[in-house]
Amino acid sequence: MKRNFPLLLVFVFGVLGIIPFIIPHPVVQGTDEFLRNNLLKILAAFALILGLGSLLRVHFDKIKRRGQNWEYSWVLIATFIVTSIIGLFGGVSGTGILPTRIGSFAFDIWTIYFNVEVPLGAAMFALLSFFMASAAYRAFRARSTQATLLLTAAFVVMLGVLPLGNEISPHLPSFAQWIMDVPNVAGQRGILFGVALGMIATALKIILGIERSWLGGGGE
Amino acid sequence: MNIVMLAGFLAIAPPASVRGYDTPDDGGRSITLEWTLSPDDGVIERYEIYRSCNGVDYEKIGVMGRGRGLFEDDTEDRRQYYYKVAAVADTARAFSEPSAPVMSSAQWLNRKKINIIVAVAVFGGLILLFIQRARRGQKLFVRKIAGLQAIDDAVGRATEMGKPILYCPGIGYIEDIATIASLSILGEVAKKCGQYNTELINPHFDPIVYTVAREIVKESYASVGRPDAFDPDSVYYVTDSQFAYAAAVDGIMLRERPATNFLVGWFRAESLILAETGASTGAIQIAGTDQVSQLPFFVTACDYTLIGEELYAASAYISREPLLLGAIKGEDWGKVIIGAIIIAGSILGLLTAFPILRLFD
Repeated sequence: MKRNFPLLLVFVFGVLGIIPFIIPHPVVQGTDEFLRNNLLKILAAFALILGLGSLLRVHFDKIKRRGQNWEYSWVLIATFIVTSIIGLFGGVSGTGILPTRIGSFAFDIWTIYFNVEVPLGAAMFALLSFFMASAAYRAFRARSTQATLLLTAAFVVMLGVLPLGNEISPHLPSFAQWIMDVPNVAGQRGILFGVALGMIATALKIILGIERSWLGGGGE
Repeated sequence: MNIVMLAGFLAIAPPASVRGYDTPDDGGRSITLEWTLSPDDGVIERYEIYRSCNGVDYEKIGVMGRGRGLFEDDTEDRRQYYYKVAAVADTARAFSEPSAPVMSSAQWLNRKKINIIVAVAVFGGLILLFIQRARRGQKLFVRKIAGLQAIDDAVGRATEMGKPILYCPGIGYIEDIATIASLSILGEVAKKCGQYNTELINPHFDPIVYTVAREIVKESYASVGRPDAFDPDSVYYVTDSQFAYAAAVDGIMLRERPATNFLVGWFRAESLILAETGASTGAIQIAGTDQVSQLPFFVTACDYTLIGEELYAASAYISREPLLLGAIKGEDWGKVIIGAIIIAGSILGLLTAFPILRLFD
């Protein structure tokens, strides 16, 4: 029962997910919309509570044990509590019961998001350029025939997208574009075919109960 | 008798054969209107579409440009509608004869998707066929996948060095197939961690994936007889913000210095940040994703990369379950069929001189 009930649920909801694709009737589409928009959101909300509980427990344990860098756990917990209070009681744009404005200084959840979260995310994203340069430096070495081919193609494409490439030869940008449009896309499509078929097969295996590793404890 | 309005000396011919029908293969609430263009289509400005519920009082509901003889109307189901189309030039309007009454309704089958249903049925049939063969004991060969073969060595390395293993399942949600495939591999890695008493660190992006992963890891430890070794704090939720998650995992890599990093699942722009940071710590890295755009980053920065469907094959490859191997075989034969169709279609497409190919026009 412990294993059969989840398998039955997966089968039923899997089939309910496939049917709306081929049946346009509003009864079926309405059921699908309810499952996707309502039921899934309710599940996600409960899972979020569990996830946040886990996060707080990990950090409280670290503080209790005086683990490495335990002081930063206090920073996380304090930030979590303050942001939650502002979010829950201050409203999205300062329209809640908690005042979130002192003069012209606002600290509602939207302000926190735009002035803290977004710049920090942008800073992390900006690191990508340096990591890309470092990865390219390590990867583009003429160690073998294939590596040399990769190096040459990368060199041609990088030059082709720069104005300098056009100065070197007017054919370079179009050749670079051909590399991106033909061999590159051909390779990607090959992988995508395999991915698409793999997705169908994996989904079928899970819905039909052949693949059971997600239940935990390994397959049958 | 056609109604023709005169404005000065301007006279235009009305459109003809106005026909309304229930829009096919939809969920109802739509009627498609077709008409034969006015003989004066070249000089008119537009067509105006009029609708009535009783055949007497018409109201204008839409406009189409000249040269267009098709209009789709939003309607209520099970209600009769009548249509007229007027050709308009300046102030002159030439109305067509009214259409026969028509009603919209919902269909139970979208016939445009039948080809997809057939293709999925054929493909699914192939998979089931090979699963049956596997059930009867037929040996099925699956080629070596280096990334999956290296899992044992990677876990052993971490055990010998006394360092933890970091398993990052990506930023996908539970409905992503790559995430499900990643959780299958997580189960196997967790079993080995339980057997060898190696520390596992498993941070998560999505709370639903976290709850599933927690149970998988717990069951895996129990299945190898080490339920006591399971640390509930080893599997935890971090954040559902993409770059905050990347920063958190980077911090774990730099502080905990895991000997082995698994970056398996659904990734986006943070993939290179994670892979490069892991490479800088000297860890052995096994990555896998079905995101074509992120594969080059993993191939560059990681020791082993599972590409596309190799990730989906992981569960079958590791467990060597005949049923799962049978499904892999079915997939491969599906690819053979698609490849053959592409080659045949390409050759036929090149043979444009042959009259027989006009059959496809």
